[in-house]
Amino acid sequence: MSAMAALFKREIQLSVRVGGGALMGVLFFLIVVTVFPFAVGPDLNLLARLGPAILWIGALLATLLGLDRLYQADQEDGSLDLLLLTDHPLEMVVLIKCTAQWVATGLPLVLAAPLLSLFLNLEPIGIAAVTATLLVGTPALTLIGSVGAALTVILRRGGLLLSILILPLTIPILIFGVSASIGAVTDPAPFTTPFYILCAISLLMLIIGPIASAAALRTAQE
Amino acid sequence: MQLIVKGLSCIRGGRPVLENVTFTLDQGKALVVTGPNGIGKSSLLRTLAGLVHANAGTLTLKGGDEELNVGQQAHYFGHADAIKPALSLKENLDFWQSFYGQPTRTAYEALSEVDLGDLTDMPAAYLSAGQRRRLSLSRLLVCHRPLWLLDEPTSALDAASEHKLEILMAEHLKEGGLIVAATHAPLGLLDPDRLHLGREQIADPFVDETTALSDQPQESDR
Repeated sequence: MSAMAALFKREIQLSVRVGGGALMGVLFFLIVVTVFPFAVGPDLNLLARLGPAILWIGALLATLLGLDRLYQADQEDGSLDLLLLTDHPLEMVVLIKCTAQWVATGLPLVLAAPLLSLFLNLEPIGIAAVTATLLVGTPALTLIGSVGAALTVILRRGGLLLSILILPLTIPILIFGVSASIGAVTDPAPFTTPFYILCAISLLMLIIGPIASAAALRTAQE
Repeated sequence: MQLIVKGLSCIRGGRPVLENVTFTLDQGKALVVTGPNGIGKSSLLRTLAGLVHANAGTLTLKGGDEELNVGQQAHYFGHADAIKPALSLKENLDFWQSFYGQPTRTAYEALSEVDLGDLTDMPAAYLSAGQRRRLSLSRLLVCHRPLWLLDEPTSALDAASEHKLEILMAEHLKEGGLIVAATHAPLGLLDPDRLHLGREQIADPFVDETTALSDQPQESDR
């Protein structure tokens, strides 16, 4: 098995076993989205209008949940030192860890979104749109979060600082994600324009995220 | 193969912890680094591994792989065990073997070497401190790297395990490996070179920076 495949397998194993955060994110997502209708009240039209925004905020918060342990767990038990002692580029290691993190925490959110959309009275085309935007948008959330996690890797209780650091950076993703979802069901507003911009942000973060995270991890090692 | 360290200096937190450390270590020899607590033994090992940036000096592993730096050809065995409690002993080892490459023993053989052979499939969470240490040690046995950097390798080990460690170290040296260890254990089997880091070395960095403060281990005539 190649080194990167082994790393991916290990990350997935760690997140689905005891103490891993794989199920935590999707359960939190479920709770947040379920609570909203109780606060908004029984106005179905209002719920349908708010639906995409609720799902996106839920997904954003659920993504944040497990991120603080992304590098910190490895830093604390010394694994991070050992991961650095190879000629595998650190950027690649970061990318694999982020991919595994997304598969374990981001992908379940995308899969749960259609079901939760029913709670929020979204029509079928809206459900498809929200799910599609979450599918292309959540990787960007994980990658931005990875930079924050790398910056706060040596801080105890860095999770809060992590949220404060990266939430402002996720605003563009939130804006384009929600406006694409609303565009799919509201007539004059376009779906494709914000959707393409969302894809572009994800692709951009695919480059910036690993490079910035690796640089932050190297600095933290000093 | 020969490890050549010339004029190695390192500053951490604005304070010099290593100054002008110079030594040469021949193939099949061990170097024992001694000195009082806080003198920079761990920093020396971390600098050799490349985990801490050296401010001055050169590190070369003559006869090693030219493409790799010293740390990439070294096993670093530090205070942290780098063990994932959620994974079984075998999974812990298999990961490092795939990630580092150059496999030598199977996970089962390595675990048998450190008397953990009958616990292969148990989650590492159930291990005692000494067993964790031995599991961590078996990581050095599953893949080949010529240089071993050992930081207090005998901590938490009982007398029998300590003796076993000496045997494993002697085997590694016999196969042409090199060992740099910070330890107070006698290591009777090895007839090591010695490097004593003294208090005068960092007492006043501004007085005299030119004196070679570490004693040069005698060139052995193997």
